[in-house]
Amino acid sequence: MDLLLTKEDWSNFWPPISLSLQVSLIATVCVIVSGIILAALLARKKFKGKVLLETCLLLPIVLPPTVTGFLLLVVFGRNSIIGKGIEWLFHQPIIFTWWAAVIAAFIVSFPLMYQSAKAGFIQIDRSIEEAARVDGANEWKILTSISIPLASHSLISGSILSFARGLGEFGATLMFAGNIPGKTQTLPTAIYVAIETGNMRMAWIWVITITIISFIMLALCQPKQQ
Amino acid sequence: MKKHFQPIMLLITILILASCSDNHGQSAASKQEPISITISAAASMQDALESIKEKFEKEHPDITLTFNFGSSGALQQQISQGAPVDLFLSAAKDKMALLIKGGFISESDHTNLVKNNLVLITNKQSDTTINNFADLETLDKEKIAIGIPKSVPAGNYAKETLQSLHIWEKVQENIVPAKDVRQVLSYVETNNVAAGIVYGTDAKTSDAVQVAAIADEASHSPIVYPLGIIKDSKHYQAAKVFYDYLQTPISLEVFKENGFIVN
Repeated sequence: MDLLLTKEDWSNFWPPISLSLQVSLIATVCVIVSGIILAALLARKKFKGKVLLETCLLLPIVLPPTVTGFLLLVVFGRNSIIGKGIEWLFHQPIIFTWWAAVIAAFIVSFPLMYQSAKAGFIQIDRSIEEAARVDGANEWKILTSISIPLASHSLISGSILSFARGLGEFGATLMFAGNIPGKTQTLPTAIYVAIETGNMRMAWIWVITITIISFIMLALCQPKQQ
Repeated sequence: MKKHFQPIMLLITILILASCSDNHGQSAASKQEPISITISAAASMQDALESIKEKFEKEHPDITLTFNFGSSGALQQQISQGAPVDLFLSAAKDKMALLIKGGFISESDHTNLVKNNLVLITNKQSDTTINNFADLETLDKEKIAIGIPKSVPAGNYAKETLQSLHIWEKVQENIVPAKDVRQVLSYVETNNVAAGIVYGTDAKTSDAVQVAAIADEASHSPIVYPLGIIKDSKHYQAAKVFYDYLQTPISLEVFKENGFIVN
């Protein structure tokens, strides 16, 4: 295949990549923090409705991405209370913005982080945490000095999965953030449009680029995992 | 060894039994097995075709219809790659032309079945000031949803109409390109855009939107739905029967009820 690019192709090449990297990085940071906190809170607790709550948290994995996108559209849209609140605060709706892409990536990758973190925390020997508690450590100290280091394997794989899921997110993003070139067009959306419009050369170049990026990301995380 | 053997034997027995019963069902059905034909049709045709299917299968119990709905571009790609399809009902003329050019459909086995129009829609509940296409120019930050012009035929027609009104350049900032017409409808239904451009038939499927204006037929290329029989069809005769049936007044009436324009 002829992979030579015209000048116009080059100017189109970078924006979706940088946008995708930014969006999935920010979404991943949010997912890691919130996933760890929520998993730490819920991992060993038993209460009524826990199954229901966890099922809701896992829904984005089960639902078709377009449905997730549609729900986001309704929840954060201009007809909802949340949407109106955001518009009042920032003087513009969140839909079709950069932040909408971050929210979409966050929602779909959260379950992966939550599940991994939960699995990691459950495996920790409780007596170690208890010992720290007896010695007077507070819950925050226990989480940061004992639980997180001991569960680090699960947390790292959860983070990688979340980042990968965020980078590849397509359906919900396309629906909620739209497909505005240079503004909200992420790499998967750009590839989709390129294929749909028969611009296979551009599609291939993006696919190769995203593959290389994913390899580098995984390679960077690999040594820590072992 | 024995321990492992037992479950395997059980599995094999179940498999044999299962395959037996399957054979049974097939031989019983083969006595009067109806011919099954597959129709790849544009997603916008779904409702109309489902009602026509009901009528057709009552009249022709020997033929069963199977539909494969999708975007015309994707369907055309499938057929080009040799998908076992008997009939193709496209929402875009160029996709049909590609298949004729590629030798998948013969020139004499295709016809323009129905037509559609292009409409400007707004949310019923919104206090919009958009009453015709030219009003789109007055939008400030509000968005207009259309299909991606390069890949969604409705988006391309929308672009043509806006170009013919000389406002395409001016509304560039406001355009949100959607992946299909359904997405445009969702945006308007949830009031997240000021207006959207879809087919007349799509506007009819939603209670939450209203038609603000109908595009002048001269402002865009004709929106026709060509129908063609695939040359390599294994059931060419049966496909031809349905091909003819679709052009009868009974079928055309159903299309009309669904908002299509019949000549």
